[in-house]
Amino acid sequence: MPVAELRGVTKRYGQVEALRGVDLSLARGELVALLGPNGAGKTTAVRILLGLAAPTSGEATIFGHHPASHQAKLRRGALLQVAKVPETLKVREHIELFSSYYEKPLPMAETVAAAGLGGIENRLFGALSGGQKQRVLFALAICGNPDLLFLDEPTVGLDVESRRTLWAHIRGFVKRGGSVLLTTHYLEEADALAHRVAVIDRGRIAAEGTPAQIKAQTGTSGLEEAFLAIMRENGNAPEEVLQ
Amino acid sequence: MNRVYWMESKMELRKMARMKQYSLSTVLFPLMFYCFFGLAMASSTPGAASMSKYLLATFGAFGVMGATLYAFGAGVAVERGLGWLEVKRASPMPPAAYFVAKGVVSLTFGALVVTLLFALGAIFGGVRMPAGQWLLLWAALVAGAIPFGAIGLAIGSFAGPNSAPGIVNMIYLPMGFLGGLWMPAEYLPKALQHVAPWLPSYHFGQIGLAILKVPIQGSVLGHVEALVGFGLVFAGVAWIGQSRDHEKMYG
Repeated sequence: MPVAELRGVTKRYGQVEALRGVDLSLARGELVALLGPNGAGKTTAVRILLGLAAPTSGEATIFGHHPASHQAKLRRGALLQVAKVPETLKVREHIELFSSYYEKPLPMAETVAAAGLGGIENRLFGALSGGQKQRVLFALAICGNPDLLFLDEPTVGLDVESRRTLWAHIRGFVKRGGSVLLTTHYLEEADALAHRVAVIDRGRIAAEGTPAQIKAQTGTSGLEEAFLAIMRENGNAPEEVLQ
Repeated sequence: MNRVYWMESKMELRKMARMKQYSLSTVLFPLMFYCFFGLAMASSTPGAASMSKYLLATFGAFGVMGATLYAFGAGVAVERGLGWLEVKRASPMPPAAYFVAKGVVSLTFGALVVTLLFALGAIFGGVRMPAGQWLLLWAALVAGAIPFGAIGLAIGSFAGPNSAPGIVNMIYLPMGFLGGLWMPAEYLPKALQHVAPWLPSYHFGQIGLAILKVPIQGSVLGHVEALVGFGLVFAGVAWIGQSRDHEKMYG
């Protein structure tokens, strides 16, 4: 049974077709990166798998359960794009609260270590740097000891060092047997972390495979060139892609 | 399960207590107004103690309204609009826990404001009444958080994150004034007096005054019914707003 699956999923918002028949499946211990230009449908796919939006047609499951079910929620964690996190709670308090939602959360010390928050547990969220804030959100995603993690643009706006630190913690989660669905703008990030890449463009999966396969398919040396080649094949103007 | 509700409420209380624009203004504004109108100005008029007593009920109502409208109206609008509610919804938190916690905050701050007002009135305003009456007034004022919570939630479910605090101000202050919470509604110009019965704040104030045995317009039961009605209507509006959110597109 796949850890997470989309089967023939379409999603229409009024006149806009955000997803047009997407099949995607995630196996245990696998990190899949969902790549695509802005508005391609990445976030919609994640929202459907999180039970935050219902597919217009097709089916989405998490460990065979409905994505909005409590059983599904207990086994997954999510780092979403959020404009403002409550700033007057301490790091420790945020983690304590989210841990209480789960049946078998990680001990506080383990969560703190796995997200690299040692020494700043008692700081208010509002007093943290950008990288530290993202690591707290990562901690909230993993504190319930989930088998599956959704990371939606986890390193957007971070400096190189903070990005690498978060990558190390993501790798740590996968090494312990977790599965991850990562959406990202940074092709370097997908190249560094993903076992498999799915390129999504205008609501469809345009290419899928290991980073090496995708590069071979397009005859390019880097994932970035491969991505641009796929986009051109699909008839996207380069400036639109490079946004 | 109960543990989640307890944790959610505890953390919400800490969060709001540390948010000074909420905790300080919610508590200090009604106290300050009461000091001006209920103590300083009243002391120079005959029947000062009865004035201090009258305004205890109405500023108590005003304080509970503020604590509740800001916690729900501004609080939910900001967290909803800036993505935090979404993070909570994706987690296994029971959805009701989020709203229960906001209710606990409203009741706690409402109770705090009312208690401090009572202390001011008793110590500096010479307000005296039997213990039973004090208790009944306290309970009625604090319970007023429930219908106003529904009104706040309705605002919070529709207002944008940036405009919500302003919208709450635009509703809260006029509703206090026109509902006769700053001064008796009979003192307002005739045209404005007709507005009062359409405001939940007016009915809330009248219930408190009835407990103080001040002659009121209409029956206590009628005012309670009006507040229950407002509460149900706005709870319905809030429900529509919350379900509408589920199908909205982000990003």
